[in-house]
Amino acid sequence: MSPAIVEVRNVSRRFAPTPSIGERIAGLFGAYVENRTVHAVDRVSLDIASGEVLGLVGESGCGKSTLGRVIAGIHPPSDGEAFIHGEPVMGGQRRRVKTTTRVQMIFQDPFGSLDPRFRIGATIAEGPIAHGLIRRAEARAEVARWLSAVGLPADAADRFPHQFSGGQRQRIAIARALAMQPDILVCDEPVASLDVSIQAQIINLFLKLRRELNLTMLFISHDLGVIRHICDRVAIMYLGRIVELGRTEDIYTRPAHHYTRALLDSVPKLVTTGDDLVSFRPISGELPSPLAPPPGCHFHLRCPAADARCRSEAPDLRDLADGRRAACHHPLIDDRT
Amino acid sequence: MTAGPVAQFWSEFRVNRVAVVALAIVATIVVLSLVAPWITPQNPYDMSGLRLADARRPPGFVSPRTGITHWLGTDGQGRDVLSAILYGLRVSIEIGLSAGIIAFSLGVTLGTFAAYLGGRIEALIMRFIDLQLSFPAILLALVLAAVLGQGKWQLVAALVTAQYAYFARTAHGAAATERSKDYVEAALSTPLKPHVVVLRHILPNCMPPLIVVATVQVANSIALEATLSFLGLGLPVSEPSLGMLIANGFQYLLSGRYWISIYPGIALIVLIASINLVGDQVRDQLNPRLRR
Repeated sequence: MSPAIVEVRNVSRRFAPTPSIGERIAGLFGAYVENRTVHAVDRVSLDIASGEVLGLVGESGCGKSTLGRVIAGIHPPSDGEAFIHGEPVMGGQRRRVKTTTRVQMIFQDPFGSLDPRFRIGATIAEGPIAHGLIRRAEARAEVARWLSAVGLPADAADRFPHQFSGGQRQRIAIARALAMQPDILVCDEPVASLDVSIQAQIINLFLKLRRELNLTMLFISHDLGVIRHICDRVAIMYLGRIVELGRTEDIYTRPAHHYTRALLDSVPKLVTTGDDLVSFRPISGELPSPLAPPPGCHFHLRCPAADARCRSEAPDLRDLADGRRAACHHPLIDDRT
Repeated sequence: MTAGPVAQFWSEFRVNRVAVVALAIVATIVVLSLVAPWITPQNPYDMSGLRLADARRPPGFVSPRTGITHWLGTDGQGRDVLSAILYGLRVSIEIGLSAGIIAFSLGVTLGTFAAYLGGRIEALIMRFIDLQLSFPAILLALVLAAVLGQGKWQLVAALVTAQYAYFARTAHGAAATERSKDYVEAALSTPLKPHVVVLRHILPNCMPPLIVVATVQVANSIALEATLSFLGLGLPVSEPSLGMLIANGFQYLLSGRYWISIYPGIALIVLIASINLVGDQVRDQLNPRLRR
């Protein structure tokens, strides 16, 4: 495997609302103040190799978007650090600001991610000009080049975002990210808000760009079908932790973690033979509140194999057979050891 | 290519006849007050040009001494009311606009940076502004005008202090909304410098509500200035603004010499009402919930 571009080391991201003055005074006098800290991402480590597309899957609220934003340098990590080519994504010590341009992000909502008052050309050229990647005089040609790369006509540069459809806007957002010539693209649910037919077009665009530009991507999605189509490796997230990591085909054919299997089983399948013509098994129970995650393995409340150990001791992400890693005391595949 | 945003805005604005008429009136008043020195028969600020014998004459009076026709009559010092109104409008608009512009810049800067920075700085700035907003603007302006003394710039300072908080509140609300949108995160993750993001992306998108507040606040400044002048806390007597003209004629109202107060009053009402009508239409057009 080629060397890692992105290294995520022990990254945690907590969101704590600042306590009000009343609560602070009450706390001084020893009153009980409710702790509302959310552990959106809890000590996550992973690598992404050059040219690789890593999928990040999980239910809503499991912290996958937050992890993506930490890697893209939008949120500073509370603990740990994300590195690109060995350099931290966020510079500075007290007030942390993103310094690298090597990672760019594509957002879920193409209607919110483009400044409505900027013409498309200005939107795409702004970053590269600000960072001296291109000169102002070259901007038009450069913009036309990236627009054609994402399948839009060159005259789109003179129009405003509201004159485009959702799929076209997502193409524009992709062109804007690519114009910064990043080493890695973080795609946060880039097709989730699009129609199914448009989804297929955008996914094909990603596949084409990947072939042509040797793109490295972190592809965040809750759609298992999309992930299987586009990713080399998949990381499964549950309540802020990565519970399983491995090659896409391995994970889809032989899941190691009970959560992964439950997730795969919960996908509606059209079965053309047998009694259960249209069948799927939803995961039992609700996603626990990230304000008060259960002790031990976070999944034990919903897990069919949970025992006393799972309720008290949190499993580490450990190596299993053929390069698979899973955080489970009772994995569904054999231990390597 | 589609029409630019300004042309598109005008084509929608044109539909409302009342607003178009109001805009025309505002424009006419502004032009008339600007060219006042060249079109008025008399310089009302030049005390040597005034004839006391012509004082308190009714509208339409032709002075046998100067040969001037006083279309709206004369006041207690023999000043032509029409000339005084045009000069007074000039003063009112000048003060209202400068107070509006300064309050706008100050308030928007404070509000936007409070929203961008967040945390304690935001809390400090916004609580101070809330505190100030809990006092009536007229009270603040009265106290300040009394403390600072008479004069044009003292008056502007008093008006700015009374009004910047409205801009700060509006700007803070709008900027906080824009701050959380994806395009701001996209700009920050490019990364662009924070001041570039604020000035080039957040601020222009906050403009619609601010423009509405600005039109209303300019009208308010003019009314507030007139109030202060009426109470004798505004400009010196030698340079009467509309408020002072009304105050000057007030003592004659009951003796039947209505024109000294009424005509400046009408001019003030027409100006303020027209600005507000234009402001209403702009607000309706910029409010996305009322559109489509």
